[in-house]
Order: sequence, then C-alpha cells, then structure tokens
Amino acid sequence: MTDGDACVLAHDLTFSYPGGDPVLDLPELSIGTGERVFLYGPSGCGKTTLLSLVAGVLQPPPGTLQVLGHDVGALSSPARDRLRAAHIGYVFQMFNLIPYLDVRDNIALPVRITAARRNRLSGSLHQAVAETAAHLGIEDLLNEKVTRLSVGQQQRVAAARALLGDPELIIADEPTSALDQDRRRGFLELLFQNVQDAGSTLLFVSHDLTLSDLFDRSLSLAELNRAGA
Amino acid sequence: MFLPHLALRSLANRLLTTLLTVLSIALSVGLLVGVENVRTGMRESFSNTVSGTDLIVGSRGGTIQIMLYSVFGMGSPVANISHETWRKYDEHPAVAWTIPYALGDSHRGFRVIGTNGSFYEHYRYRGGQPITLIEGRTAHGVFDLVLGAEVAARLNYELGDRIAVTHGMSAVGFMNHDDMPFEVVGILDRTFTPVDRAIYVTLEGISAIHLGWESGAPPMPGQEVLAEDVLAMDEVPVSQITSFFLGAESRALTLQLQREISTHEEEPLTAVIPGVALSEMWRGIGYAEDGLRVISGFVVLVGILGMLVSIYTSLEARRREMAILRALGAGPKKIVSLLVLEAGLLSSVGALLGVGLVYAGIIGLQPWLEGRFGLLIPIQPPDGVQLAYVGAVVVLGLAAGLVPAAKAYRTALHDGLSLRI
Ligand SMILES: Nc1ncnc2c1ncn2[C@@H]1O[C@H](COP(=O)(O)OP(=O)(O)OP(=O)(O)O)[C@@H](O)[C@H]1O
Ligand SMILES: [Mg+2]
Repeated sequence: MTDGDACVLAHDLTFSYPGGDPVLDLPELSIGTGERVFLYGPSGCGKTTLLSLVAGVLQPPPGTLQVLGHDVGALSSPARDRLRAAHIGYVFQMFNLIPYLDVRDNIALPVRITAARRNRLSGSLHQAVAETAAHLGIEDLLNEKVTRLSVGQQQRVAAARALLGDPELIIADEPTSALDQDRRRGFLELLFQNVQDAGSTLLFVSHDLTLSDLFDRSLSLAELNRAGA
Repeated sequence: MFLPHLALRSLANRLLTTLLTVLSIALSVGLLVGVENVRTGMRESFSNTVSGTDLIVGSRGGTIQIMLYSVFGMGSPVANISHETWRKYDEHPAVAWTIPYALGDSHRGFRVIGTNGSFYEHYRYRGGQPITLIEGRTAHGVFDLVLGAEVAARLNYELGDRIAVTHGMSAVGFMNHDDMPFEVVGILDRTFTPVDRAIYVTLEGISAIHLGWESGAPPMPGQEVLAEDVLAMDEVPVSQITSFFLGAESRALTLQLQREISTHEEEPLTAVIPGVALSEMWRGIGYAEDGLRVISGFVVLVGILGMLVSIYTSLEARRREMAILRALGAGPKKIVSLLVLEAGLLSSVGALLGVGLVYAGIIGLQPWLEGRFGLLIPIQPPDGVQLAYVGAVVVLGLAAGLVPAAKAYRTALHDGLSLRI
C-alpha cells in the first residue's frame, strides 16, 4: 500500500480497546493531501477512535494505517508522539484549553511540549503566536485567562493552537457542536481559510450534516466500518 | 524546561489544595525535625547537669546510684566516706579541688546538703557555668544556710529566716531538730538543675544536728545538745561525708585517679566519671525518645499519604488536561514526569517549609524555653540526620507521586482522545 498523494491511508484497519469487542474494521479509507474531508456517523460508531489512531495516540496494527508516509502501527510510542507533535494539529469538541494557562501559553503549548513543532516556525514563537492569533481574530485576547472566554472564542484559540506552525494534517473532532448556527459557519470559514493558506489536509468530524456541503468530500464512517454496525 | 512551569501553574491553579498539602507535609516534617532538635537539646542539658567535674566519689555502690544521690538528689547512699579518706584525696597531688557532700537530712521535703566553700567556687553545670548567689552570701558559719532557687521560691523564704532541719528525708519528721535553728544567709540563682531543689549548709552544720545522736536514737532527755552548746565549741568535729566531687589537676590524670580510688585499701570507694555515667543514663531513658521518633515518622507518612490522595483525586478532574497534553504531542512519559514533578515540588517545598518553621520556632522560643524549662536548644545548621530526613521525605514524595502517575500512564496509553468526564 503506497500512494504518494495520500495523507491518510487505511487498509484493513481494525481496532478494539483492551478487553473489548472490535470497534473499527475499515477495509479501505484514503484521504488525499490537501483534501478537506467531512467524516460523519452516529454516536459511538468509532469516529473519535479513528482520529486517535490517525493521531497516533492509540496504536493500530502494523501495516494497516499510513499517515504522512509513516506506517503508524510500526512506530514506537515516542515516535508516534513526535509525529503527532510535529505534523498534526488537533481540535477537540470543547474544553480544548488548559484552564490555568493564559491564551498565549495555550496557543504556544505544542511548541513548548516538544521541540518537534518548533522547527516549523519561521520566526520567533512570540511572533508566530501573534500571527496565528491574528488570522483567527483573537489577537486581542492573547493575555486573557482562558476561563474568561466564550465557547466560540475558546474554539478559535484551539484552532490557532492546532494551526501554529502549519502542520500538514489538521484533525478536528466536532469542534463546532457547541457553537450556534452562525458561529459554526464563521468558525468553519476561518478554519478553511487558514488550512488553505497552509496547504494542510483537514479531517473534520461532525454530526451536523448541513456542514458537509462546504467540504471536498463527505464520508460516512458507519458505512465504511464493518465492526459493530 | 516547560514541565516545571506547567507543574507550577497547575499547582497554583489548585491553590487551596496545594497549600493545605504543603502545610500538612511541612507540619509533619517540622514535627520530625523538631523532635530531633528537642531531643538534642534535652540530651545536651541532661549530660551537662554537672560539668567540669572529673570524678564523683562515693562509698561502694552502683555508678547510677552514686549519680542519683549526689547529682540528681534521688535515693540515698548506703554507706559514708570517712573524713580522713576525703582529706587524703583533697590533698592528693593529682587533685585540684574537691567538693564534699554530706547528705541525709531534709527540710520540708527538700534535701539538705552539707558542703564547704569549694561548692560555690568549683561546682559547674551546663557548659561550665558557675553557681551564683542572687542574694546574701555563702554559708560558712555552723548555722548558715543557703537556699536553692526553687526552694526559696516554693517556701517563700527570705534572708534572715530561721528554719529547722529534719533528720532523715520525710517531709515532716517526728524527730525535728527544732533545737538547731539555721538561718538563711544566701539564695542561689536558678540553674535549672537539681541544685535548685536543695538547701546548702556547712559540713559542721550537718555534724551539729547529729551531736548527741551518735547511737542513732534521739538523745536522752536532758542530754540534748543545744544551739548555744554548739556555738560555744571551738570546732564542730566532722567525722564523715557521703560523697565528694573531684577536679583533677589535668584531664589525663582522671583515669589514673579513678583506678587509685577504686582500689583504696582502708574503705571501699567507687569513683564515677560523670560524663560517661550521664550518657549511660541517657541511653537508659532514651527509649522514650525513640518512641517519639517513631510516632513523628508515622506522622510524616500520613502527610505524604495525604499528598498522594490529593494528587490522585485531582486526576479525575484533570483527565481532560491529560488528553489535551496527549493530543498536542506529550508522550505518556511526559504525563508521568509532570505528576511526579508535582509530587516532588509539593514534598520538597513542604519539607523545606517544615525545617524553616522549626528553625523559626527555635530562634523565637529559645530564650523562653531556656528561662522556663532550662532547656537550651542549640541553633545550629541542620545536621546529617535532619538532612537525611528531608531527603527521605522528598524521595518518599516522589515515590508517592508514582502512584497517581502510574494511573495516568495507563489512561494515557489506553484511552483515545475522547474527552470523558
Ligand atoms: N477508552 C475506551 N475504552 C473502551 N472502550 C472505548 C473507549 N473509548 C471508546 N470506547 C468505545 O468505542 C466505541 C467508539 O467510541 P468513539 O468515542 O470512537 O465513538 P464516536 O463515534 O466518537 O462517538 P461520539 O459521536 O459520541 O463522539 C464506543 O462503543 C465506545 O464505548
Ligand atoms: Mg467522539
């Protein structure tokens, strides 16, 4: 399984949590570089599990999942952590931020945790944080406590953090579900803009099918996944 | 490094829990180190109850027994030492001075000790401090009497008061030597040693009360020796004493003198080196402090356990935080390091604070402790034992941090990125 153009490539990917039934069984999944993919499916169908595997937090069987040219299942745990730190930005559904750090520190977190992301910044960390924040319209909030932010502002901070250093792959797990209709669209437009500028691939999970028309491609995990269904 | 920053911010975020945890560790470490310091002070005070004396000589008997009756005012001698024997050693070329003690009488429960001017001149306690009078003068007349500080305070006596001395040790003897009125001529300053609880007269004074009692029974009516009879005598004969303190001309002669005295031909004698005897006695009563030590050790364990519980329970609330760190590239080992680091910070800050509290306490309370209890706790940099305690607490704290860290490690490895509550 080699595909020079694929950012994420799964082939007979199976996964089960320790002591549990199989959660995932994907015969085939391919996401091209620079693609914006919308992934949907009912609750519990394994969306977050798939994202955890792609991000290398969980370990897939060797030879079944390729991310950015790496066989994730064959990498050691630290190597997967490095891959994630350097090349992947991750946005959660909500509560993305460390409550005791301010906005600036939260955005800078991936660079601080590992040196891997550091090398991707063109200028100083301070500058990079300021620029990314400006792109997402939160430059005035940099010195705020994150506990003072609205949910919409929090999600934009989370997006800024994921985008810092322009990683190749942005993964977002229902980042808009806590936002109202208007904010959802606004947030997505900002995200798309930045992803496009950086030339990143976007893997976006949501229940909300009304958003799917904004993406290059929509995938139903329930249809792809042979486990559980 | 970023981890310390993160650990500090995280601890600061849970300020109240952090403070309480640090405080509980500080108090437990403080107790441990405090006990250690008080122990040192007590041992020091105890082994300096008498100082500067090279030998204490009594008639044949146990070392401890001689120490008890001559230094601590407890129990009584089984036999006496003859006046000639004492004189012989007093004039011995290797001997610098002696202080004779004649024991066996009391006044309202306090011991009456017959001695001579040597006592005021040569007796030393706690680091070589001499006996000083706060009022009056030393006893040199037959009926002169000097009060220890506590005796004066308890019995409310003043200079010039006339008192009777009881034969034997009972508080109210039925054979009061009422006919021998002693007069208070001096009051000693506080020493916080058994010196405070005794009354000092001359050797002649002790002899005088026993005139007419040679058979051991009260004199026959009409044969009592009255005060004026004593005063009319040129010299009151002193035939025996109970023990004497001895200062050698040089330290090096002590052992030689001890051997010579122990093998004294005319009567059985025992010579005790007070420093050795005191530390021997301290070892005997030292069990109590071992108990105290064990208890404070357990208190430290409880403090560490409290920290473990507080970190462990905080983990539940911090699952999101851990998942976020994971998503941003933190490996399981980093999560473990963060938690162990937090535990290390809590325990080391707690331990240092504890030591700080103890020293602040010692510096603040030292004069009061010394004035009130005669307990001098030395202010000195923490010794090896105390540093070892602090080190052990930090290591224990780090080890305790491994427990919640292990749980977080498992979670980090096996949980995906779903944020649960
Ligand atoms: N850490 C875990 N240990 C064991 N089972 C898990 C764990 N996480 C998820 N699961 C199980 O795996 C299945 C898929 O869960 P997952 O979180 O991937 O679903 P999802 O599609 O993201 O759902 P949702 O839309 O509600 O977020 C579920 O049945 C869930 O119970
Ligand atoms: Mg999910």
